[in-house]
Amino acid sequence: MSTHLDITLTVNGERVSRRVEARRHLVDFLRLDLGLMGSHAGCEHGFCGACTVRVDGAVVRGCLVLAAALDGAQVETIEGVSDTGEIRELQEAFIARNAAQCGYCTPGMLLTAAELLRQNPAPTREEIREHLSGNYCRCTGYHAIVDAVAAAAARRQSGVDGRASEKEAITTADARPPTADRLER
Amino acid sequence: MDEIVDPRSVDRPNSYIGKSVPRPNVKKLVEGRGQYVDDIVLPRMVHVAFVRSPHAHARIAGIDPAEALAVTGVLRVFTGKDLEPHCDPWVAVLAHLKGMKSAPQRPLPIDRATWVGEAVAAVVAETRASAEDAAAKVNVAYEPLPAAVDMETALEPGTHVIHPDLGDNLCFQRVNESGSVDTAFAAAHKVVEATFHTARHTGLTLEPRSILADYNRASGKLTVHHSTQAPHMVQGVFAQHLRLPEGDVRVICADVGGSYGIKVHVYPDEVAVAAIAKIMARPVKFIADRLESFSSDIHARDHRIKGRMAVDADGRIAAIDIDDLTGIGPYSVYPRTSAVEGNQVVNLVGGPYDFANYRARTTVVFQNKTPTCQYRAVGHPIATAVTEGLIDLAAEAMGLDPVEFRRRNLMADGSYPRTSPAGMKFEGLSHFASLDKLLAMIDYPALRAEQERLRGAGIHRGIGLAAFIELTNPSPFMYGIGGARISAQDGCTVRIDPDGSVVAATGVTEQGQGTEGIIRQIVAEGVGVPIEQVRVITGDTLTTPYGGGTWACRGAGIGGEAALQSALAVKEAALRVAAAMLQSRPEALDLAGGEIVERGTGQSGGRSRLALSELARIVYFRGDTLPPDLPRELMQTRHFITKEYPFAFTNGIQAAYLEVDVETGLVKLLRHWCVEDCGRIINPLLVDEQVRGGIVQGIGAALYEECPYSPDGQLLIGSMADYLVPMAAEMPDIEVGHVETPTRESLLGAKGAGEAGTAGAPAAIMNAINDALRPFGAKVHAQPFTPERILAALGKVPAI
Repeated sequence: MSTHLDITLTVNGERVSRRVEARRHLVDFLRLDLGLMGSHAGCEHGFCGACTVRVDGAVVRGCLVLAAALDGAQVETIEGVSDTGEIRELQEAFIARNAAQCGYCTPGMLLTAAELLRQNPAPTREEIREHLSGNYCRCTGYHAIVDAVAAAAARRQSGVDGRASEKEAITTADARPPTADRLER
Repeated sequence: MDEIVDPRSVDRPNSYIGKSVPRPNVKKLVEGRGQYVDDIVLPRMVHVAFVRSPHAHARIAGIDPAEALAVTGVLRVFTGKDLEPHCDPWVAVLAHLKGMKSAPQRPLPIDRATWVGEAVAAVVAETRASAEDAAAKVNVAYEPLPAAVDMETALEPGTHVIHPDLGDNLCFQRVNESGSVDTAFAAAHKVVEATFHTARHTGLTLEPRSILADYNRASGKLTVHHSTQAPHMVQGVFAQHLRLPEGDVRVICADVGGSYGIKVHVYPDEVAVAAIAKIMARPVKFIADRLESFSSDIHARDHRIKGRMAVDADGRIAAIDIDDLTGIGPYSVYPRTSAVEGNQVVNLVGGPYDFANYRARTTVVFQNKTPTCQYRAVGHPIATAVTEGLIDLAAEAMGLDPVEFRRRNLMADGSYPRTSPAGMKFEGLSHFASLDKLLAMIDYPALRAEQERLRGAGIHRGIGLAAFIELTNPSPFMYGIGGARISAQDGCTVRIDPDGSVVAATGVTEQGQGTEGIIRQIVAEGVGVPIEQVRVITGDTLTTPYGGGTWACRGAGIGGEAALQSALAVKEAALRVAAAMLQSRPEALDLAGGEIVERGTGQSGGRSRLALSELARIVYFRGDTLPPDLPRELMQTRHFITKEYPFAFTNGIQAAYLEVDVETGLVKLLRHWCVEDCGRIINPLLVDEQVRGGIVQGIGAALYEECPYSPDGQLLIGSMADYLVPMAAEMPDIEVGHVETPTRESLLGAKGAGEAGTAGAPAAIMNAINDALRPFGAKVHAQPFTPERILAALGKVPAI
């Protein structure tokens, strides 16, 4: 139980060195050793995808990778890709479309969606659904997430920088006519 | 004050109610910068891992912690006996559920384990890993006892009585009857019947149950960071059972990673954590892992329902008669009780329909399985599956299209207020408007034509309808009258700060539905400020008005109205100050876009007179310049509770379109639609997503989710590989439409929207599968509708 290893790796562009227990998985390493709380432990069996992070550019389950194996690796988490702006279109689309409710699955869902858009810049709804099927979301029913990923892909395709202020988002998201009797007593 | 919400003001700059405003708190979530309980780290914090019973029923002859205590980093091991002097037991009954009984329950049992997964000892260590290592080394001497597992035999003489003091395994029984049921069946033109099963399943929140309790022995205060839906309820429970003044307990609930009813209950292991924190006087954290979530989160919906429907020669329902049986585990869950689900079933069956003779019995029994309690849409999915299943059977028996049969029987839109045969009072529903809208959305004739055409090609598609009602905005009739300290009232405090920004503190809570978002919309419109200037505080018993939290679809309807009324009161207070400053009258002024403006539509109407920030600056820093007797109360609190109706019922109808592979039994979902009427819609974007998310939880119940047990009470699932949940690829796109019938109990007019999807989806899926199987004369009524069950119905594999 007390086997420890020394590792040095790069996390979100910063070099970190730690002595870790051999059994410590990556998501615990990120959360407990580095204080990066954006990656969540949902099942620790590799099914739910809440702990999804990137190692050397590839999306992995943080709960199925041992930190001790990551000496020299490049790790990116939701905090890192948020700071670089790499997935900004996706994040904005998730906000505008309310594709996150409780938010617990969201970091993993976003990293998986980003991987899809790298591989396939113009996915169909079916391709989006297929690709996200390793990431469990109990709140949304997935429809809004599919919409948001499709919207982000479309925005990237059109090359438009779609950073919308909240005000614009209100206007554009509101497709409903005002109800004539609203709040009338 | 009506002008603020005058329909003509819809396009004013700060008109937000009814618009799809994105939620203010999502940005932090998409950047992984929320704060869930497990993200909180406190100095000297320790971790708990529980030792859980591997037996369905066993005497605990002894617990030896010696080996566990030898593990590095382990500090203490607590047993039920260790906690007994520190924590009083509870008995989860409600006085208005006549005759209900349950046994005293403690944070950890003293001498008996009663289900697989019940915590029997707690190991406290410096790390969770050490605590888990040590938990495996706690030596518990179990002496297995006979278990009562099958609810069908729970009351039979040969079955072991779980709590001998109670006399039998009966928790609660109720018959809800009106009219002359037997006469109606005797005179019926047709009678249809079926036995329905809804599977025991669970909410599976992605964030597991999480609690971090910290006790300061010097101040005597217990602070609990908790992933919960009802902070004030938890505050009261911890205070009562740990013998602390209620004011010395503070419950803080930041981000919650999914709840769906799972996190509105008092869990014995969580009470144990609070008790341990009090004993050890340091922060104690417990985060459930996935396996213990499956065995210790509440389960729900373990029902068997025999149903009959009598129909007259005109195709009208003459009577409904149902017999419901449910097994709830060894204890009723505190404090909401585990009898409410069965009680809801007998209150809700037949809900959308106009008929006279009704009899519904529920029998709630104890068994040695994980306790069940309220999970999203409590009772509704069961009642709707039974009702809509019988409706489709009756339509078929009458040779009528399912739509036509519903048209002959739904309650007419103009017929309210009225009371259902089950005794439910309806203020105003819109079944026909909803049906008409749904049929237009789905293009019913085209779907039927496509179904017919494809049948010729050996492709078997089905269309399933499910009308439903949903109970929202509960009054004290739900829990309070039964003696539970659960608030049906909620409050909101709105204040204007010196910079003209607005803070709203509300007793309703956020678990992702968008509570903070809608409160912000309501307050921004009510006060008259740009929405960016409003901040919302939720989930802290020390800083928010006392309230019930968010459950039973009460956040928008109850919390929203309290927010609107307090916002209007703050506006009135601000205009009074403004009138004094501007030598005007409050009635001549208005607040819009964060400015004091001239009221009226004339030449001066809308003209800005004063920025709200300037008014606030004067009030807070130069009050000397205002008339001495002028009230300057820029903070107001209002509360709301429903008074005329015990519940604000909503209604709606769903349709499922799917394909059944009759060779493999696999179901492919093609489309799903829902029209629902939750009254005034505050935010269409959020309401639609509540409906969609709810539908997919209902689909999970219909097709995948089940907590199966062996005959001796072993839980047969251990991971998400065993317990299947809906994933993106299998789920359909879901189209949502609305009819709006506002409640007149409040100015806002909002009812709840969070459970409608879950209420109707299983029934729609069931009816669609049976519609697809119609050419084969096969039917399924036992959820989940697995390939095996469908093939059994088709006679291709032996029945299970």
